[in-house]
Amino acid sequence: MNKLMMTAAAVAIALGVGAASASAEKLKACWVYVGPVGDFGWTYQHHQGLLAVEKEFGDKVETAFAESVPEADSEKTIERFARDGCKIIFTTSFGFMEPTLKVAAKFPDVKFEHATGFKTADNVGTYNAKFHEGRYVIGQIAAKMSKTGVAGYITSFPIPEVVSGINAFMLGAQTVNPDFKVKIIWANTWFDPAKEADAAKVLLSQGVDIMVQHTDSTAPLQVAQEQGKLGFGQASDMIKFAEKAQLTAIVDNWAPHYVKSVKAVMDGTWKAGQVWSGMAEGEVVLAPFTNMPEEVAKAATITTEAIAKGEFHPFTGPITKQDGTVVGEAGKPLSDGEILGMNWYVKGVDDTLPQ
Amino acid sequence: MDLLLTIMTAATPLLLAALGEVVVERSGVLNLGVEGMMVMGAVCGFGAAFLTGNPWIGVLGSIVGGTLMALLFGVLTLTLVANQVATGLALTLLGLGLSGLIGESFVGQPGIKLPQFMRVDPLIPFSLFLTVATSFVLFRTKAGLIIRAVGNSHASAHALGYKVVAVRYACVAFGGACAGLAGGYLSLVYTPQWVENMTAGKGWIALALVVFASWLPYRAAIGAYLFGAISILAFTVQTFAWGIPSQFLSALPYLVTVLALVFISGNKGLTRANTPACLGQPFVPDR
Repeated sequence: MNKLMMTAAAVAIALGVGAASASAEKLKACWVYVGPVGDFGWTYQHHQGLLAVEKEFGDKVETAFAESVPEADSEKTIERFARDGCKIIFTTSFGFMEPTLKVAAKFPDVKFEHATGFKTADNVGTYNAKFHEGRYVIGQIAAKMSKTGVAGYITSFPIPEVVSGINAFMLGAQTVNPDFKVKIIWANTWFDPAKEADAAKVLLSQGVDIMVQHTDSTAPLQVAQEQGKLGFGQASDMIKFAEKAQLTAIVDNWAPHYVKSVKAVMDGTWKAGQVWSGMAEGEVVLAPFTNMPEEVAKAATITTEAIAKGEFHPFTGPITKQDGTVVGEAGKPLSDGEILGMNWYVKGVDDTLPQ
Repeated sequence: MDLLLTIMTAATPLLLAALGEVVVERSGVLNLGVEGMMVMGAVCGFGAAFLTGNPWIGVLGSIVGGTLMALLFGVLTLTLVANQVATGLALTLLGLGLSGLIGESFVGQPGIKLPQFMRVDPLIPFSLFLTVATSFVLFRTKAGLIIRAVGNSHASAHALGYKVVAVRYACVAFGGACAGLAGGYLSLVYTPQWVENMTAGKGWIALALVVFASWLPYRAAIGAYLFGAISILAFTVQTFAWGIPSQFLSALPYLVTVLALVFISGNKGLTRANTPACLGQPFVPDR
């Protein structure tokens, strides 16, 4: 009996090894998502990137993903992927940074890429999108379209990505109306449709006529439409949810980056880097300009093209901070590090930054 | 007026789900699967409205979705006498997963909003009516007496000839219908759309409200409205930019609601009298 089981176990191991070597041809790429694939926002867009990788490489890749992974509890999920033979693992939320580094130290042969973070290692690279480029353009549009001169801004967490977004939005708006105001609500969540809707209703009851959001659901835009106001979509083109309200949307297009990274792992040329792409690389895309007069759309197109071509940088010095101090040299953009670590408001933002 | 409506909108899904759970727990059953039933109600409601084009059929769909989930819970815990806590938690996980599967093709589709009467969603007055009705049935009718008897001492109720399991099935189904309707309120009124996990923990808040409201429908209503009001006011305060940490303001609804309900439940004797004595205990009739 014992012998029989031993034989069975041996056969099983042999089969297992066989299966492993057969699939060694296939590269396994894995994604860890913070939200559900069906959020129609942040995670949805990352998943579109996964689908693009599958389409590009067909039989040569195998993909896997885990959705709605809590940030505090992500280490287990990342480690499971590393043990399961993933050759490259993409962790797609700021809060996955430390867990990613921890797991990466245990699996030196596996490549890791962490979205929106700033810490790297030999086998951990980061990638991010220059969302602030899009936010500068929507700031200009907001200031042109607003009658009350006040925008409502629903935000998630006080991390540099969000703070630089607010600043870029305000700098854009101030080029049109130097006295433009913004009312900010920190929802302290990335995704909670009902809560985001509540925040939008509160803002709209206070003289705001343009909704901006850095949270992921379509709810704020829907509320804006219901009340006959305007707004901007986040992460995905949300025009279907607010045909009469969406001016444009900042669309995250991760597909080019994912295809490039997976290709690099296949070719053995992958290196841990800090990739930060924007409009120029097609990673930050603005949805079609709608619900605005032609001249506003034209001006927005000009700004967009200037940023995409590198002729203009949203954070061009000198920039006055909220506290009155000035940063940046005249005519020169802030360094990437200064933007990626931004923890101050520009002048004109009437809010205290949560620390 | 706008502010009041916003508060009512925020409170209604919590109130609906809490009322259902009050009745469930009064009958001695602890169903922790409110979140799962709610999210299934949301997806079924959205789906029914989307496929038929009629939001009222959507409302019906959400009730059916929640009830079916509750009946599954009933079969497992009442007929098969599985552990209620574990089954309830499993129901939530099942609901979150299953709703994502069912709703896959609804993602990114705009929803159909339930029509309003004089700017008020019809489910708001309905939830208030349901509060009064639930309280009336539980404390002023024979049916309510039987439900509470079953919840307080299922052995005695059984000895008196009442069908304990049947009563509990009915209460569990009612709880599911209410939770489903609460979910439907989210996907048809609050934010007319379907996205995965759109209940975002509201079922758990409703569950907590029931305990802190010491199983009394009126107190559940007070709790739900207080929670809604503080959430909205916390956002309002943020826009004034007074520099109060937003994390504190986000936590405020939970703090204030718990403190207030603990305060009004200060009378320990009354709380004990209202706690269903057989809560969570399985019942197997020995003939």
